Amino acid sequence: MLKGRFGGFFFQLIALLLAFGFVSLILLSVDASPAEAYKNMFNGSFGSMRKFAEVLVAFVPLLLVTAGLLVTFSSGLWNIGVEGQVVLGAITTTWVFRYFIESDLPPALIITLAILGGMLGGAVWASFTGVLKVFGGVNEIFGGLGLNFVATALTIYLIFGPWKRPGVASMSGTVPFPDEFSLPLLAGLRISPWALAIALAGIVVIYFILQGTYFGLRLKAVGKNFRAAYLLGIPTWQYSMYSFLICGALAGAAGAVQVAAVYHRLIPSISSGYGYLGLMVAMLINYNAIWAVPVALFFAALNIGSIQLPILMKLDSSLSGVLQGVLVLFVLLADGVRQKFARKA
Amino acid sequence: MRKNLSRLAYIALALMFVLAACGTPAATEAPVPATEAPAATEAPAATEAPAAEPFVFGMLLVGPYNDNGWSQAHYEAGLYVEEKFGAKMVYLDKVNPADRPGTTPDQLAEELVAQGAKLVIFNSDDMKDASTTFAKANPDVYVIMASGDQVWEDGKVYEEIPNLMNIMGRMEYGKMIGGCAAALSTETGKIGYLGPLINDETRRLAASAYLGARHCWEEAGNDPATLEFKVTWIGFWFHIPGFTTDPVDVSKDFYTTGYDVVISGIDNPVNLAEAQKLTTEGTQSFGVAYDYVAACSAAPDVCLGVPYFNWGPDYLAAIQSASDGSWQSAFLWQSPDWSDINNHDTSAIGFVKGNALSADAGAVLDEFIADLAGGLNLWSGPINLQDGTAYLADGEVATDQQVWYLPQLLEGMQGLSASE
Repeated sequence: MLKGRFGGFFFQLIALLLAFGFVSLILLSVDASPAEAYKNMFNGSFGSMRKFAEVLVAFVPLLLVTAGLLVTFSSGLWNIGVEGQVVLGAITTTWVFRYFIESDLPPALIITLAILGGMLGGAVWASFTGVLKVFGGVNEIFGGLGLNFVATALTIYLIFGPWKRPGVASMSGTVPFPDEFSLPLLAGLRISPWALAIALAGIVVIYFILQGTYFGLRLKAVGKNFRAAYLLGIPTWQYSMYSFLICGALAGAAGAVQVAAVYHRLIPSISSGYGYLGLMVAMLINYNAIWAVPVALFFAALNIGSIQLPILMKLDSSLSGVLQGVLVLFVLLADGVRQKFARKA
Repeated sequence: MRKNLSRLAYIALALMFVLAACGTPAATEAPVPATEAPAATEAPAATEAPAAEPFVFGMLLVGPYNDNGWSQAHYEAGLYVEEKFGAKMVYLDKVNPADRPGTTPDQLAEELVAQGAKLVIFNSDDMKDASTTFAKANPDVYVIMASGDQVWEDGKVYEEIPNLMNIMGRMEYGKMIGGCAAALSTETGKIGYLGPLINDETRRLAASAYLGARHCWEEAGNDPATLEFKVTWIGFWFHIPGFTTDPVDVSKDFYTTGYDVVISGIDNPVNLAEAQKLTTEGTQSFGVAYDYVAACSAAPDVCLGVPYFNWGPDYLAAIQSASDGSWQSAFLWQSPDWSDINNHDTSAIGFVKGNALSADAGAVLDEFIADLAGGLNLWSGPINLQDGTAYLADGEVATDQQVWYLPQLLEGMQGLSASE
């Protein structure tokens, strides 16, 4: 009974209940009603069209990052540097906008260039981790983490230095771009259908690369067994680099969207933690592209819905982060337990 | 087989549905009963305003509502309006990109409107652009942008936004008083100023503290050239780990290099705890707090005093005007009530002396306050800018524009005037 599809499903259900149970205990310990908290979070994310649009605003970068991470995870790489790749995408996009700020080119072209620039920036930044890994023997976790700090430092340097507002030195960010540099938003809402389309296109492309192409198969072969793949004639290090470049480009697109559709300028925390959150989503879906959309949407809904907690219940909204983290932990734990049972049986 | 790990998403959504249903016994549209946080302190609305629905206003606070500084001063002004007007406040604190990643203040303001707010207060310079965006997108919601200048007709960035009002107290006076207290108390003649980020507001407030310090230093018979006044900026209104310099480290650097008084210009008085620590260890150190009337409570024995904002009266008037339809977009830069700067019903700014201020110094300080009330204006020439260029000629008195948009620190002050 514990084997096969149903067995796995059973354990995941338990994991989910445990995660919600754990968070409920936290809530009860501060005399808050879990039911009310969940209800407020639900209403806060799906209660109106406007709120759902806010969820989509968070969903777009999260989905792009997740799509990218599916590629690196498939090739057996822990691309924790994805956060910095989002940042570099944002920086490059900002740079392109600044470069064309006085130009007469049509805004649509400038926005397109800016987003492509962001993808390029993310890919180049990811390639640093790749080169460190492939040629320097630096584990991609350490290389990526280090580059994340460098990316943040670079953002702060630009905001306080060359790109500062005249006479100002503040974390508040660079001067906002004119309205025509914004990806068009739906009337009265903050979501851009273009951004949504980019994100969905990203995950669809990745799904087909991983499921339906020879390239994807080789990537997975490299991920499953690097040495065996090498012996079978797959150019392994090249494939590692390809996966870094693809992931970096998608993360860069996430950063580009943050600038072109959400903040309209560069701010120090431009990545909004979506890189790290994307890692959690990727782990939770066990690197399966088909599940990226619902799980990323769920995580985005938790992020947006949790804003209601401080407003309505005087609870800290970081509770959503606790729920997300606990959920990943319990799912991994349940999977481990299940495998143990399966082996014994 | 491990593939279906991810059905979780759907189950989770379903579970949220179920829980949501459980949590909603009757009314689907329960409009926030539990919002006034320390409402227990007083329950005025029901008794004082039995008539109609209370006017709901929202407040976005850049820091924690209990930060013992800038945001708490706003929060308590909100409580004041609740008490005096029977209005109801909904608020969200920690509204900054580090604490609420992925959100923008205009988006969060809409969350407050969704809870019934007809007026939203944006309490930080950091939200200035967002307040403009929000005000234009929501012309039927009133907006107060504290510390901003968007609707100042004589300002540099004037825009006509009928539903927006700028409110700010003339903290220049408070900073002068704080600077004077510092100059009267320093043994070393070295005063440190813990600066937030650099902009017009922070330059003019740091400069005001310097003018006050220099005045009282000179009045006490010292040569103004012997007074050292140094500003160190941290990069934001409060510490954000990884993004700003740590103000505790900055304070410590000041205190351990001979600056025995540090004036806080940031949103909270973290310099006080450091002063207390060093005093306990044997290095006599003092601090001047900022923003919030009770900020000295962080370390009363080393606190020389606190210049504070009293937003209550102006918020009350603005919210009343929004409620009764007499609202007018305006730029208000409010002077203290010189008859009693600590009158909480009339004065926009005030100053509370701290325990560490000696009786003698306190008496001199009272005289200084009386002089200011009598028309003493320290923003009078000759004053040069930090780089030596003339700012005010001899006898020239600064206009409001010159003060508000002070382009540099003043001659005699150390520290950056702008980002390098």
